[in-house]
Amino acid sequence: MTIRKGYIRPIDFRHGRVDMTHGSGGRAMAQLVEELFLAAFDNEWLAARNDQACFAVPAGRLVMATDSHVVSPLFFPGGDIGCLSVHGTVNDVAMSGAKPLYLSASFILEEGFPLGDLKRIVESMAGAAREAGVAIVTGDTKVVERGKGDGVFITTTGVGVVPEGVNISGERARPGDRILVSGNLGDHGVAIMSLRENLGFESSIRSDTAALHGLVADMVRAVPDIHVLRDPTRGGLATTLNEIARQSGVGMLLREDSLPVRQEVAAACEFLGLDPLYVANEGKLVCICAPQHAQLLLEVMRSHALGRDAADIGEVVEDPHHFVQMETGFGGRRIVDWLTGEQLPRIC
Amino acid sequence: MKYIDEFRDGNIARALGRAIAREADPGRGYHIMEFCGGHTHAISRYGIADLLPGNVRLIHGPGCPVCVLPIGRIDNAIDLALHRGVILAAYGDCLRVPASGQLSLLKAKARGADVRMVYSSADAVKIAREHPEREVVFFAIGFETTTPPTAVAILEAQKLGLANFSVFCNHVLTPPAIANILESPEVRRYGTVPLDAFIGPAHVSTVIGSRPYEYFTEEYEKPVVIAGFEPLDVMQAVLMLVRQLNEGRAEVENEFSRAVTREGNVKAQALVAEVFELRRSFEWRGLGEVPYSALKIKAKYREWDAEARFGIEYRSVADNRACECGAILRGLKKPQDCKLFGTVCTPENPVGSCMVSSEGACAAHYAYGRFRDFEEVGL
Repeated sequence: MTIRKGYIRPIDFRHGRVDMTHGSGGRAMAQLVEELFLAAFDNEWLAARNDQACFAVPAGRLVMATDSHVVSPLFFPGGDIGCLSVHGTVNDVAMSGAKPLYLSASFILEEGFPLGDLKRIVESMAGAAREAGVAIVTGDTKVVERGKGDGVFITTTGVGVVPEGVNISGERARPGDRILVSGNLGDHGVAIMSLRENLGFESSIRSDTAALHGLVADMVRAVPDIHVLRDPTRGGLATTLNEIARQSGVGMLLREDSLPVRQEVAAACEFLGLDPLYVANEGKLVCICAPQHAQLLLEVMRSHALGRDAADIGEVVEDPHHFVQMETGFGGRRIVDWLTGEQLPRIC
Repeated sequence: MKYIDEFRDGNIARALGRAIAREADPGRGYHIMEFCGGHTHAISRYGIADLLPGNVRLIHGPGCPVCVLPIGRIDNAIDLALHRGVILAAYGDCLRVPASGQLSLLKAKARGADVRMVYSSADAVKIAREHPEREVVFFAIGFETTTPPTAVAILEAQKLGLANFSVFCNHVLTPPAIANILESPEVRRYGTVPLDAFIGPAHVSTVIGSRPYEYFTEEYEKPVVIAGFEPLDVMQAVLMLVRQLNEGRAEVENEFSRAVTREGNVKAQALVAEVFELRRSFEWRGLGEVPYSALKIKAKYREWDAEARFGIEYRSVADNRACECGAILRGLKKPQDCKLFGTVCTPENPVGSCMVSSEGACAAHYAYGRFRDFEEVGL
């Protein structure tokens, strides 16, 4: 038998599983990095094989955001933890009006996790990053014993640059401002919920997970003076609006009839006893702007694929108690409060 | 949503609101208690009070299963989970109810107790089948609606010969609680708490039927209208009650005829009768000891009775002294009358049980209506 010089048997992604050596810093880890991460993410910074990525900083203000992902199940209709971990951080960076540039990715893997699943996840991340035009330039891998993790957890950190003249921040909502959302609420949370073991119901609902910086770029180009942008993820729209109301020291008044919610999502929420206002989104944004900019922004949003169902859902008002209130479709009025407790654990 | 939006139509609601305003006599008050937490939630969530004239007042009753569960019973459940090594399967809304020693089931879970949230009694049976090496206890709470599924779980365990499954039974009954409120001195003797009529429960009545309420109309001359949980159901029930009171009638009327019959669900009643019997007395949070107001598992099913299996002993524990849950559950006070409301006691850190479940009067007012407590928030 002849063995080729320098030959290493490739990782068996079909049958192999993560073991403790994949996080040991030894040869097995180097091989995993090389054959999986470097191959999938494929960029000059990773190819340099340093412990850090070194890049030129463009002019302007730098933005940085980080996000950990522990979603269960790892694969769901419309996405998986891989693309979600890219979209989550890209969106956090983009909500400042910035163009996201670079990401880091840190993996905590559980011993015994199928390497094939890891490959699917990493390739999904690579695809999402490519599509978003960001490079995953540095990373880390750790392995914990079986039973000490849940398959895979991914933390990503992103940096981007805010264009000149853009100042988007949670404390800039002013009485009279309009509140816009970019589309239907609750798709991600309900898609995940539909897979949970003890609920299993059939649905055609897919997660809305998507990178929103393209939509944000169009909006900022049309109206540089957007006051607030935020993506309503965990806790849903209700919690996001309460955060902004407190930050800006204002109240809000929503109209229930104008909230965009898919028929199937509304029905699933009804059946599960959930309120779509509190269910997570992963590809939607809330925009707060001066009233004279609302119409133009709505048009810009609606002409983008990720903002087709954009809607004006209410206005910012003066209120020393910072309540978010809603005129119900029924004709009464109520508070839309912070989320209490945990409605759906491990949603992202 | 078909079959749902029809019951939430704003135009019909406003028309009903106008009819109520037209028919309600401005010279008198109408004090209507909705017994059930499901109604309390709907009233707050849809802002129904905004559509009613000022002299038609809705009073929140004690029909929130989590709210009436006494601290001692939750202490028992926590003890099982924390010290007896069992898997405790519980409905989600029990988990945050405050118990002794600053604990709740959720906090016990963080300390290592194996507490699992379930959506049905069948999930609890499933857990027991999946963990034959562990004792699994289902923390059964609720009114007549959740009782039949608990009976089914016990019968299923018997059929499967599940030796590691048992039920900690805390099921309570609606009619004795209504009677208790009507018998309270404030209502019956002094008349300091005006109570003119009842909105009868929706889901409970699908099981027990409308007949049990006939006693209240005969004995206490209080009209009852059984109503569904949708906001238009509640509005329609208010209108029907205003009419009864105007005409001096006290009858059981059924607004929820799409689901409730006079006899109720006979099959479910038979299941309950097979497995459960009346307890001589049971402590309710807010109401105290109420005779013949709860169920226990019959001796014949003792093998699946956690109280027997683990020798659970009940010890009554007093509520926080400043907490007004008791008076609120009996309709004597409003949530905003409590000094703790919204300050020490919030949904994140509930002191009393009414702040826990979204069906509780305090939680519903906090989450949906507390802007009304501030005059300047008029908009």
